[in-house]
Order: sequence, then structure tokens, then C-alpha cells
Amino acid sequence: MSTAPAGYGRVLDLVTRVRGVRGAMLVAGDDGLVVAEQLMEGIKGPAVAALAASLANRLHRAMDAAGVGADQFWHLQAEQGALLVVPAPSGMLVVAVAEPDVNVGLVRLELLRAAEAVG
Amino acid sequence: MTTRAVEPWIFEPLVKFVKEAGARLVLLMTSAGQVLAQHGFSRAVDVMSAAALGAAIMASTDEIARQLQQPPFAGLNHQGERHGIFLAAVATGRGKLVALVVYDLDVSSLGLVQLFFEQLAADLRAASPKDSVPKQVLAADFERELSDSLNTLFGR
Repeated sequence: MSTAPAGYGRVLDLVTRVRGVRGAMLVAGDDGLVVAEQLMEGIKGPAVAALAASLANRLHRAMDAAGVGADQFWHLQAEQGALLVVPAPSGMLVVAVAEPDVNVGLVRLELLRAAEAVG
Repeated sequence: MTTRAVEPWIFEPLVKFVKEAGARLVLLMTSAGQVLAQHGFSRAVDVMSAAALGAAIMASTDEIARQLQQPPFAGLNHQGERHGIFLAAVATGRGKLVALVVYDLDVSSLGLVQLFFEQLAADLRAASPKDSVPKQVLAADFERELSDSLNTLFGR
């Protein structure tokens, strides 16, 4: 399922074309709301967006407290899949939901490209 | 922060919602502004004001929707610098309830509040007495009802 304005759709295509990616989203970092999404059936977009943004907010504060600078990429590996996130400079989050055996390096690269394109 | 409910079936869903959504203040009331549960308020006067204002906003948006010939709005969000206010209605066996949620932007977000509000609505629908008719508060009983509710909500 896809709900993405044309420009954002192309950005999400960068991520979803990687084999093993089940979906990608642009999420407003402050609100945890979905801005655009391309997700396979069964993925609860609003729930992933809200929880990922909440986590990003807390991780950002943890990084800040640790004095290691801004977070650039995070990857959560679960039994049946993975969540990969890159914050864009504007505060938007580029989120990918992927199969457990996805090529993480390639997804990271596309997420970084997508984040740069989002600005 | 304390959570209190005038009607016991509301208590558990509300406690769960507050914990999961990271809400700072919550009021559950009828569309007339009669408060059924609260979390986080420390003064009765604040509850009374918030309930009256929340019910009035809900009535206004319902009327706007009616004039636009649309179904009532699902929810209303107002975001300030440090806090957000979320207002939405829930249909239960006890009738339509209105929820007013205040959240800190550094603890929660609109996305989280919306997400867990859906769960709260489902929990309230499941827990509400199915065959009860909402009790109308008559003008003559209003002050006593209000006083009883506030006593329960503040554990007096």
C-alpha cells in the first residue's frame, strides 16, 4: 500500500527497491505521524511511526547526554525482521521495515540517500 | 500522579492509556461535561474548568461538522510550545464520552497519543456496561452530582 506525494514517493522508492525491504516511511520526528509510506500489507504504519519517533526522541537525548553527537543511523534487529532508521536534517525520519536477513549496509546507504533528498 | 474514576469500569483502561501514551493530564467526561474520570489534576477547580472548556470545544466542532454536512470530527489536536492537547470522542455502552488529553512534547507525541487512544477507545467499549442508559443530570441535582463526582475524583 502506498500513500506518498509524488516527490516523497520517489524518495521511498530508493529504499523499497532493496530486496528484503517490506516497507518504508517518512515520519514527522516531532509528532510521530506518517508523512508518506510504501508498506506491504500487515504493517501497521501509524503504530510503527509513532513508536519509532518516540524511540528516536529518546535515543537522541541519550546520545546528547553521552556527548557523542547526533544519531545518524539506527538498526533494531528482531527475530522476524528489522527496523532501520535515519534522521533527515529537517527532523523527518526515514524508516525502513525489513526482513531479518536484509542487506543492512545497502538499506543504510539508501536510507542516507533518501534522508539527503528529503532535506 | 493519581488516577481516579467515578465509574470503576473506566479505571483500568485509563491507567493503561496514561502509562502507554505518557499523558500528563486526562479527563474523561460526558458530552455535557460531567466528569467520569481524571488523571493528574490536583485541584477540583481545574477539573471543572477543563471539563467545561473541553465539552464546549467538542460541541463547537460537532456543530461545525454538522453545518458542513460531515460526520463529527474524529479528534482535535492543539500543539503548543511544550504541551499538546488532544480532544476526541469515544462511543461506549454508557453513551458518548469525551476525552481530553494533555501531553508533554518531550515525553509523548501526537502519534503516540492517537495510537494509544484507539486502544483506550476499544478498551472502554469492551468494559462499559452494555445495557445502561446514560443518566441525565437534572438541574436540581446538578450541584450535588458535581460535588459527589469531585469528591470521588479527589478521594475525599
